[in-house]
Amino acid sequence: MSSTSVQGLADSRIQRRVEHLMGMPISLALRGRHATTVAGDQAWQATINQLRQVDVIFSTYRSDSIINRLDRGELTIAECPAEVAEVLELGREAEEQSDGAFSIMLPTRDGHRRLSPSGVVKGWAAQRAAQFLAALDDTDFCLSAGGDIVCRTADPSRGTWRIGIEHPFDPNTLVAVVPIRTGAVATSGTAHRGAHLVDPRTGREPRGVASVTVIASSLTWADIDATAAYVHGRDAARWLQTRPIRSALVVWADGTTTRLLTDPLSN
Amino acid sequence: MRRIVIWLASTVTVVVLLFGYHTSTNKTASSAPTVDGTSGPTTSAGNAPTESPSSGPTSGSNGSGSTKITTYTGPVAQTRWGPVQVKITVQSGKLTKVTILQQPNGNPRDAEINGYALPILINESLSAQSANIDMVSGATVTSDGYAQSLQAALDEAGI
Repeated sequence: MSSTSVQGLADSRIQRRVEHLMGMPISLALRGRHATTVAGDQAWQATINQLRQVDVIFSTYRSDSIINRLDRGELTIAECPAEVAEVLELGREAEEQSDGAFSIMLPTRDGHRRLSPSGVVKGWAAQRAAQFLAALDDTDFCLSAGGDIVCRTADPSRGTWRIGIEHPFDPNTLVAVVPIRTGAVATSGTAHRGAHLVDPRTGREPRGVASVTVIASSLTWADIDATAAYVHGRDAARWLQTRPIRSALVVWADGTTTRLLTDPLSN
Repeated sequence: MRRIVIWLASTVTVVVLLFGYHTSTNKTASSAPTVDGTSGPTTSAGNAPTESPSSGPTSGSNGSGSTKITTYTGPVAQTRWGPVQVKITVQSGKLTKVTILQQPNGNPRDAEINGYALPILINESLSAQSANIDMVSGATVTSDGYAQSLQAALDEAGI
């Protein structure tokens, strides 16, 4: 796909930036007053810097990360930065609210369980780091952390952000588009990394579902709910109906889809 | 301005829907239900839905006493944007959930309902290019796969 083929809202009013962190691309689109200002650049740098610090604490790939040292018993929670307790509490809440479909204690091949909070960290960290962008006056942003998105529209006249939902069977095509002003979009599936999501209760891969996209007001919970719903397999849509989300899209293993719009009148 | 017109039109769609299942749950009601407290017209939907006979209530699994849960599936309403069908869940006399069973794909701009963002399915004839997207949500886009990804093309387009 050539760059010139992306048209429409992706026009000159939108300024884009990309960095690679935590093994994934962090992409930003800015429009409005600070799209090209020094303040806009500084907010982006602050966002990236905070994500880097999160990686130092939580990366399970770095043997010297705080979280791995905690897992090995070299540190106590009290000795860790406050973010660790926050993430562990979030993981506990997620496990409770998902009937155990989501857990930060994942089974390993040798039958043990390992502290692996990355399922919580990504959405939580991106939502948290977006605060610097949200503080930009009269500026809209759309931030993607490896395909999980948090966005804001300060001026409705600039229109919605349009989020393409990758097709789980062909990542070069889209299965849907989500027009959204302010909120979060998270997708769980196995398109890129192969099967990496297992049911923490059984150690098995979920069946019947190819991808789950959740639209909610916070990326922290959109990400958790998308993962938990995916793990629920054939019960994904049913389980999502119990969640305080805005809407969702489930692509089933047979290529059919289910869209949900939950509780639009209670918010 | 066009955007506003379309957005209001989408609100009308929702109101039409709500008319649709209101009549199926309370056949004596004739006045317009005030369901949309935040914006948009709540009356005079120009094109009333052509209703097929609506289905009756379907009792929920745990329907006993005051916590009775009942679901109603509304008729398929033919709007100018295409067929729309909604299912609602009523618990203890209170509307607790609305699920859209069918929603038109034809107008990509009409899906945002009161700030809610509903995914619009893309039919095969609509390519990623013509979908005018700003960002891609997918299953854990890694840096390894990034160079070939749609997101990379978008990022490049803006630089």
